[in-house]
Amino acid sequence: MSNTTVELKEEITIKFAGDSGDGMQLTGTLFTNNTALLGNDLATFPDFPAEIRAPVGTVPGVSGFQLHFGSKQIFTPGDDFDVLVAMNSAALKTNLDRVKERGTLIINEDGFDKKNLRLAKYPNGENPLDGDNLDNYEVFKMNITKLTRTCLAESPLGTKEKDRCKNMFVLGFLLWRYSRNIDSVVNFLKTKFGNKPDILEANLKTLKAGYHYGDTTETFTTTYKVKEAPMEKGTYRNIMGNQAVCIGLVAASQKSGLPLFYGSYPITPASDILHTLASYKNFGVRTFQAEDEIAAACSAVGAAYGGNLAITGTSGPGLALKGEAIGLAMMLELPMVILNIQRGGPSTGLPTKTEQSDLLMAMYGRNGESPMPVVAANSPKDAFEAAFEACRIAIEHMVPVLFLSDGYIANGAEPWKFPKSADLPKINAKFSPPKETDDETPYLPYDRNENLVREWALPGTKGLAHRIGGLEKEHGTGNVSYDPANHEFMVKTRQAKVDKIAEFIPDQAIELGQNQGDLLILGWGSTHGVIQSVTNELLNEGYKVANAHIRYLNPFPKNLEALMSNYKKVLIPEINNGQLSKIIREKFLLEVVQYNKIQGVPISSAELKHFAKEILD
Amino acid sequence: MSTLPPDNKPLKAKDFATDQDVRWCPGCGDYSILKQVQTVMAELGLDKDKVAVISGIGCSSRFPYYMDTYGMHSIHGRAPAIATGLRIANPDLSIWMITGDGDGLSIGGNHLLHILRRNVNLNIMLFNNQIYGLTKGQYSPTSEVNKRTKSTPMGSLDNPVNPLAFALGAGATFVARSMDRDPKHLKAMLHRSNDYHGTSLLEIYQNCNIFNDGAFFAFTDRETKMANGIFLEQGQPLVFGLNSELGIRLDGYKPKVVDLEKDKVSKDDLWIHDEADLFKAQILTRFFDDPNNKSGEYFPRPFGVLYNEEKPAYEDLLHAQLDLAIEQKGKGDLDALLAGKSTWEIE
Repeated sequence: MSNTTVELKEEITIKFAGDSGDGMQLTGTLFTNNTALLGNDLATFPDFPAEIRAPVGTVPGVSGFQLHFGSKQIFTPGDDFDVLVAMNSAALKTNLDRVKERGTLIINEDGFDKKNLRLAKYPNGENPLDGDNLDNYEVFKMNITKLTRTCLAESPLGTKEKDRCKNMFVLGFLLWRYSRNIDSVVNFLKTKFGNKPDILEANLKTLKAGYHYGDTTETFTTTYKVKEAPMEKGTYRNIMGNQAVCIGLVAASQKSGLPLFYGSYPITPASDILHTLASYKNFGVRTFQAEDEIAAACSAVGAAYGGNLAITGTSGPGLALKGEAIGLAMMLELPMVILNIQRGGPSTGLPTKTEQSDLLMAMYGRNGESPMPVVAANSPKDAFEAAFEACRIAIEHMVPVLFLSDGYIANGAEPWKFPKSADLPKINAKFSPPKETDDETPYLPYDRNENLVREWALPGTKGLAHRIGGLEKEHGTGNVSYDPANHEFMVKTRQAKVDKIAEFIPDQAIELGQNQGDLLILGWGSTHGVIQSVTNELLNEGYKVANAHIRYLNPFPKNLEALMSNYKKVLIPEINNGQLSKIIREKFLLEVVQYNKIQGVPISSAELKHFAKEILD
Repeated sequence: MSTLPPDNKPLKAKDFATDQDVRWCPGCGDYSILKQVQTVMAELGLDKDKVAVISGIGCSSRFPYYMDTYGMHSIHGRAPAIATGLRIANPDLSIWMITGDGDGLSIGGNHLLHILRRNVNLNIMLFNNQIYGLTKGQYSPTSEVNKRTKSTPMGSLDNPVNPLAFALGAGATFVARSMDRDPKHLKAMLHRSNDYHGTSLLEIYQNCNIFNDGAFFAFTDRETKMANGIFLEQGQPLVFGLNSELGIRLDGYKPKVVDLEKDKVSKDDLWIHDEADLFKAQILTRFFDDPNNKSGEYFPRPFGVLYNEEKPAYEDLLHAQLDLAIEQKGKGDLDALLAGKSTWEIE
C-alpha cells in the first residue's frame, strides 16, 4: 500500500447490491464476519427481492445487503449509505437515492451494457454512468466481469461458473479498501469448497485479484480504517433475529425439561423458524408442518395438552386465522407460545416488508374477554431472551403468550455476546402428581394457586382423568357451567391471572438518559435501535431526553406509569398508525406524541431526530 | 401401553361413565354409540387414565364429557389437528377422536383429509346423521340433494359428500362403516378400529330423531336392512338380500348385482371381500345409491371394514427421525448451539 493514505472513520454504512444471482448476500455476510473479527460493532439487514426468481437484470431482481459498522456503539443497520456496491444498472437505479452526498459508488461497468440498461428500464440510450449524473459522488468504475474472466483465463471452469466468482473480486477489493486481510475469507472458502478444488482455486484467485487491484491500479489513493468499538469483553457471535428465536425456544425447552413442539405453516417472514427448528431434531425438537395456520395452532394446543413446550409461529394474516385456537388455549389455560413475525398489513399486505402491524391484534384479537400476555423482541439478539421469557411466562403461569417480532428483526443481524447454558434460569413446569384411585376426593383441574395458576394435568397420569374444553367452566371442577355469576367470576379470574404476571417481570428500565427530563422516547419492538441512536445523539447535544423500550406489553411493568410521569412529554415512534400510543392513552389517560411511519421500512435516525428536536425546541 | 396391568381389577363399562348428565335429546342415536364405546373400552381392558377422547363441536362432540377418561371438547372442525399434536407429544395414549358430518366434513374437512393421509395413530368415529343438530336443523354436507330445512326452504342444491370415498381419496388406510342401531356390529367395528395402528376412520350412521328421523331407516330397520345393506366379512362372498338371495359379482372392474338362484350363480363366483384390495375398496365406497329411490340397478350400502392397509403411523416415523438425528449428530448440546459455528473474542 505504498502510495495510499489511511483515513480513520468512526462508522460506515455499505450497501452491497446486485442481481439475485450475483452473490451479494454471501459477499455481505463474509465482509460482516471479517468486520466482527476486527472488534467493530455492527448491524446488518438483507433486502431480498419479493419475487422468487425475478428476471435477471431487472429492478425486481435486485438483492441487497446492508452493513453498518463502527468504532462506536452501533444501534441500527444505518440510514443512508456511505458506500454503494452496484453490480448492475438495476442495482444502481434501486439504491442511488439512498447514497449520501459525496458517498462512494463502486460500480461494475460490465453491468451497464445495452442489455442491462434496457432490463433496468433506463430510458432509451441513457447510461447513468455518462454525463454529470453522478457528479455528487465519488465513483469507481471497474469492469469486474471482464477482470474476473481475465484472471481466470486458465481455469478449467466454464464462463458461467467463472462469472459466479465476480463477487469475490468485489469482496477482495473492499477488504483492501478497509485495510483488512483476507485470511478469514480464505478459511471460509477452503471449508466451503474443500472438495471442489477448481472452484476453490477460482474463488481464491479472484479474491486475491480484487485485493491487489486497489493496490496496483493507483486509482485509489485512500484506504479506510475503522478502529475497534468499545464493546464489552467476552465471546461474541453473529446472530439473526429468527435464529435467536429458535435458540431461545430450544434453551427454554432444555431449562424446563419439556420437549419442544413447533407446529407451523409456511409464511413470510416466519418460515425460517420452521426450517431452523426442523434442523434441531437432535435436540428432540418435534416440528410439524401443518395443513394450514389453524391446524398449526391447534396441533400446538394438542401438544401443550400432552405436556410439550408447544409453539406455533406465523405472521399477521396467519395470526388472524389462529385466533380461535389461541382463544381455546386461553380458555383451557394451557401453556403455549404464539410467535408472530409481523409484516406489512392489512390482509396480505407487504409480505417482505416490515411493520409493527399487530400489537392491537395480539392484545385484543380474539372473541370474548381473552386476555393474554404479550412479549416483544427489540433486536435480533434480544429475540433470544424475549422468546425464552415468553416460554417462561407461558409455562409458569399456564397461559398462551404472544411473542412479537417483525421482518426487520427476523432478517437483521448483529453481534451477540451469547450466554452460557448454565447461566440461564430454570423454568419450573409444574405437573399435577398422580392420585391413588382409592382417594375419593375428586380431582379439580381448575383449582388455582396463589397466583391464580392452575396445575398442568397430563393425560396418562393416574387418577387425574378430567375433561376440558372451550365451553365456560365451573370454578374448580372445570365442569361445563352456564351459571351467570360463575361466568363473570371466571372472566375476571382469567384477567386477574394475566394481570398478576406483572409481579413476575422486571420493572421497566430507562436505557439512556436520566430518570426525569423533558422527553421520554418510548418504544417497543424493532424501533429500539433507531430510538437508542437518536436518544444518544440528543443527549450528546445536551437535551434532557431518555428512552425506555417495553418488552412486556401485557401486562405492563408495574412502574411504567410512574416512570412516564417523570417527563414533560412522551414520544412514541412506531412503524404503524399508533398502536402502542392508543394502548398507553387508554390505560393511563396520558397524552402522548406519536411518530408514525407506515412505509414498510424502518424509521431512520435522521427523521426521528428531526421530529424529536421539533418537540424539544 | 394403554391397557391396565394384568393384576388390576378389570373395569366395567360403567366405570368409563362420568357423573355428568347426558344432554343429548331422548332417543338420540348417540346414546347407543356412547354405551358401545364404554363397553368396548372395558372389553379391551383399557386403563381410563391412558385414554384421551378429543372432539370438535356439534352434538356428537359432547362425547368427551360423558367419558370418565381424559378428554377435550375443542373447537369446530379442529379435533384432527389437536389430536395430532397430542399424539406427537404422547405416543402411548389410546386416542379416540369424535366428529360429525358437519364438524368433520364441512368446517373441518381439510383437517380430516390431512390426518387421514398422515396416518396418525388414533381412532376416528365420524357420527353421520346427515343434518346439523346442535344449530337446530340445517342441512349438512352429507344431506341428500333437495333437503328441505330451515336454511333451504326450497330444497338444498349441493350434492352430498361420500365420506368413505373422500377418505380413500385422501389416502386413508383403515376405513369402516357401522350404525348406531346394530350394537353388535358397532362393537365389532370399534374393536377393529382400536386394533388398527394408524388412523382408523369409522363412519357411524346415527339417527337424529329430532331433525332427521329415520334417515338411515332403510339400513337399520330389521325388516329392510338386509335388502339395502351388505355386511362385509373378510374372505367371504358379497351376499345380501332379505333371504341372502342376492350377491355382487365383478365383471372386470364393473360390479353386477346377481340373483344367486335365478342367475344360477354359485357363491364361489361372487366377489370375495378382500380388505387389503384398494381398487375393490374404491368400488365399494361407490356403493352409495339411495335405498329409498331405487330406479335401475341398486347396489347395497356396505357395512364393515371396507379397507385396511398396514402402513407406518406418522408419529412413529417422526420419532424415528428424532432418534436418527441423535444417532447421526449426537444429542444436541445447548452451549454449542448458543455459540454457533463462528465466534470471536473481545479482549
